[in-house]
Amino acid sequence: MKLPIYLDYSATTPVDPRVAEKMIPYLTEHFGNPASRSHAIGWKTEEAVETARAHVAALVGCDAKEIVWTSGATESINLALKGAAEFYKTKGKHLITVKTEHKATLDTCRELERRGFEVTYMDVDPDGMLDLGKLEAAFRPDTILVSVMFVNNEIGVIQDVPAIGEMCRKRGVLFHVDSAQATGKCVIDLARLKVDLMSFSAHKTYGPKGVGALYVRRKPRVRLEAQIHGGGHERGFRSGTLATHQIVGMGEAYRLAKLEMATENERIRALRDRLLGGVQEIEEVFVNGSLEHRVPHNLNVSFNFVEGESLIMAVKDIAVSSGSACTSASLEPSYVLRALGRSDELAHSSIRFTLGRFTTPEEIDYTVGHLKAKVAKLREMSPLWEMHKEGIDLNTVQWAAH
Amino acid sequence: MAYSDKVIDHYENPRNVGSFEKNDRSVGTGMVGAPACGDVMKLQIKVNEQGIIEDARFKTYGCGSAIASSSLVTEWVKGKTLADAATIRNTQIAAELALPPVKIHCSILAEDAIKAAVADYRKKHDLEAPAVQAKKVAHG
Repeated sequence: MKLPIYLDYSATTPVDPRVAEKMIPYLTEHFGNPASRSHAIGWKTEEAVETARAHVAALVGCDAKEIVWTSGATESINLALKGAAEFYKTKGKHLITVKTEHKATLDTCRELERRGFEVTYMDVDPDGMLDLGKLEAAFRPDTILVSVMFVNNEIGVIQDVPAIGEMCRKRGVLFHVDSAQATGKCVIDLARLKVDLMSFSAHKTYGPKGVGALYVRRKPRVRLEAQIHGGGHERGFRSGTLATHQIVGMGEAYRLAKLEMATENERIRALRDRLLGGVQEIEEVFVNGSLEHRVPHNLNVSFNFVEGESLIMAVKDIAVSSGSACTSASLEPSYVLRALGRSDELAHSSIRFTLGRFTTPEEIDYTVGHLKAKVAKLREMSPLWEMHKEGIDLNTVQWAAH
Repeated sequence: MAYSDKVIDHYENPRNVGSFEKNDRSVGTGMVGAPACGDVMKLQIKVNEQGIIEDARFKTYGCGSAIASSSLVTEWVKGKTLADAATIRNTQIAAELALPPVKIHCSILAEDAIKAAVADYRKKHDLEAPAVQAKKVAHG
């Protein structure tokens, strides 16, 4: 077993060796520009790009013509939100999103606010789910777009995309879904979902970094203002020479995901539950986010009375991410966990474990043992744990101003 | 974040972790910080009849630098008089551990913890603080 153990698959995944193998010929042998229509070297890569487009479309149940290549989910989200807002601004200037969205969405919404749009940021319930009644009440006559992520990157919670889609379609409001964390984990059927725009990433699903896609519905047709100009590639939605090898990689990664996701998710769920069982043997551990509406590969837990940064430092044999952005100068706890109503202390002491294709039972067992030892050591050192054990309610303590 | 070797050494092999009986008359206890801020330090000193700190213990909830700062000061206060212990400055702690600017508050907290422990001991024994009282360092 190799240390550190990688349990950060939601940050990125390794490229599946089968994917890498498909990509390599498109760097050296088949190097043509897919936009070169005048010779066979271009035709060869154009064909590879269209095959990949069909694989992506097949995984998510749409027509290949509805897929636009981008550099990744961040660009897709920017194109979807800015592109739709700019195109439909005469219809209205109000957008709705959620406080627990990825920064790609939140920062794009902030930019749209600077451009004169108005954005409502919805709260979530303590389990991370969006309250559909509250969403219903947030619509305004001038609402033009709703953006909700399929799967949350920190807590793995799955939002009710079908219901939100119905709500939006009924009002003629566009619906964008960030699916960066959902592909290969959730069944996505755009033929049935009332979704107008959907963003995808390759590198969260065993493809390469630097490539993604945006689904743009054709019926009913969705229009966007292009954000990158220069040649009119991708039917004018996104100019720039296509990164053939990256696109081939994304296509193959998505093809494999479609083939293997059913069995793979069950295997990963069993490993996640094994990890959860082990972690729950530790006292004062809290799972963040709904366990019911959750992707199988995510576990986010807070260890009470242990400070997050020292915990991450202690568990150096496992590569995980802390819910808190504690290495930044701000020392702020995770905004996602704060949105669930977690206290600063619990938000500070959270760890996100995300499992994946190459996680083994041995790695999970090692992780559980490692965690138990390290949490015990830190609690032995923690005055808060000592007070808790003496039966003191920490909320009643008058802490010195600090 | 890259920690200095000294921080890592104190973090992995903390000195003098533990607690003394806080009602013991020879013990002074200082607890500083707040959970919501991410650091709480408890420092205890055991003082002999000559007024010398002969032993110290700590427990800290906080980041690696906070744990290292408190571990370090338990070593530093041993063998010192109460008055000498109270002269330990956060800048000395920060320099010894090579703390980056964002972690300076850890050293300030350790200095405050010593002062609080000394004050607690003096209060138990109705001792007057020396005329030149160290000024309280504000931080946040």
